[in-house]
Amino acid sequence: MRTLKTHLIEAKYEFLKLFRLPAYVIPTLAFPMMFYMLFGIGLGKQKISASVTMAKYLLATYGTFGVIAAALFGFGVSVAGERGQGWLELKRTTPMPITAYFFAKMVMSMIFSAIIVTGLLVLGSVAGAGVPLTEALPLMGVLLLGSITFCAMGLAVGYFAGPNSAAAIVNIIYLPMSFLSGLWIPIFVLPRAIQKLAYVLPPFHFSQIALNTIGAGRGGSMLPHVIAMIIFTILFLAIAYAGYRRDEGKMYG
Amino acid sequence: MTNIHAIVPALLANVTKSYGDNVIALRDVSLDIHPGELNALLGPNGAGKTTAVKLLLGLAAPTSGIARVFNADPRDAANRARTGAMLQVARVPETLRVREHVKLFSTYYPDPLPFEQVVAAAGLSGIESKKFGDLSGGQKQRVLFALAICGNPDLLILDEPTVGLDVEARRGMWTQIRSFVAKGKSILLTTHYLEEADALADRVVVIDRGRIIAEGSPAEIKARAAGKRIRVRTRLSLDEVRALPFVASASNGGGTIEITTTSSDEVLRALMARDTSLADIEITSAGLEDAFLALTAR
Repeated sequence: MRTLKTHLIEAKYEFLKLFRLPAYVIPTLAFPMMFYMLFGIGLGKQKISASVTMAKYLLATYGTFGVIAAALFGFGVSVAGERGQGWLELKRTTPMPITAYFFAKMVMSMIFSAIIVTGLLVLGSVAGAGVPLTEALPLMGVLLLGSITFCAMGLAVGYFAGPNSAAAIVNIIYLPMSFLSGLWIPIFVLPRAIQKLAYVLPPFHFSQIALNTIGAGRGGSMLPHVIAMIIFTILFLAIAYAGYRRDEGKMYG
Repeated sequence: MTNIHAIVPALLANVTKSYGDNVIALRDVSLDIHPGELNALLGPNGAGKTTAVKLLLGLAAPTSGIARVFNADPRDAANRARTGAMLQVARVPETLRVREHVKLFSTYYPDPLPFEQVVAAAGLSGIESKKFGDLSGGQKQRVLFALAICGNPDLLILDEPTVGLDVEARRGMWTQIRSFVAKGKSILLTTHYLEEADALADRVVVIDRGRIIAEGSPAEIKARAAGKRIRVRTRLSLDEVRALPFVASASNGGGTIEITTTSSDEVLRALMARDTSLADIEITSAGLEDAFLALTAR
């Protein structure tokens, strides 16, 4: 019972901690909405298919783009900082369960993700790409669930990056990876070589599932994309675990 | 209280700790924390103090030897709940308020002190609603102290709690620490300030280059190092004086030579034998600072 309470209170303060940090809030909340306004609303009237406008299509891809940032920065930068600057070490001297630490960051990242997706849905409806609740809710669900993969990726970065280099490293991974996965401009507009490369990038599979929930996908089975996401998650968690073991080993071993 | 004191709160037995192949932080160190006392681990920077602290907190394992807290592994869940720690943290989350930091840490412990009591004990009244990033250096250290005591620990480990503080803030921190000792808790405090060990400790363990070189009450440590300071006018050169037996250190001071020694009698006899014109002899008791220099003389 007390353990559950610890997890929840840890999550509450993790959220407050980042919510009061403009360096986290402004880029994670503002960038996806800003980009969506530029591209989604600017080019919104273009038709992608008979029933799907560009504004609707980009709603899913910028939603993907947004939740990835919340997860990558929330985990990667903060874990690297707290590891490198002794804060995590101090927490390790307390009876805090380490699961509370990770759980809190995951909840925090999901709350920010929910805010981003809600913001985009509102912007979308203003831009004439209002999606019915029957599509909006599955989109939200998929984006929140899929963000777990990127929490794992952020954790992996956080366990290997230094406190000062983490933000730069995350940006170097995040921005090209997002572009090459077709989150900024639709994947089918990109050169064929990039379209092939995208299969090894986790955001590509993530965005395909997200697009599918609002009927803007290419059709076909979602199973390969789901499997890809699961494999990436396991891979990132394994890397993060290696870093965790290395840290504990440096301390203990 | 007695049952707590029946066992040693924390000990290191023949502990050697090396990092990699070349760095040996501790060499065959045996150390035990006396229950209900404030134990100071005193030594210059790089002596191995923080390593000893990490071993006792279960943040590092000895390369050889044993670290025990309340007769068990320092990493035991029960030990984590009974131990409070103040470490040298480079950066604490700055956007959380003092109150929030304390409340969060309190939830980790099974039997925390009431919030008001922590605030009073750590001297945080009036700044509970401030964000950590807006605090002064002294206030930040007091918050870290609050986090260390909020679980009402039986063993409190403070790693250089006053490092970087000005004189006033340091004395304030001493007051907080003293009031915690008064509750019968066992404390290990590391410091490189002799004055701090002298002012606070019941017992001082001096460590240098990974070895324990002296142990006792602050008065005993001073006596051990004898700590006399002699000032004389002499024809002898500084190097000649330094070569004499019992001279811990010697320095030039405006036509005179100042000597720190463990035996003023022996040194004076030796000086007289070599320099019949020896003049202006002045002998004073050395401060703890000199005792420390004598103990750690390289």
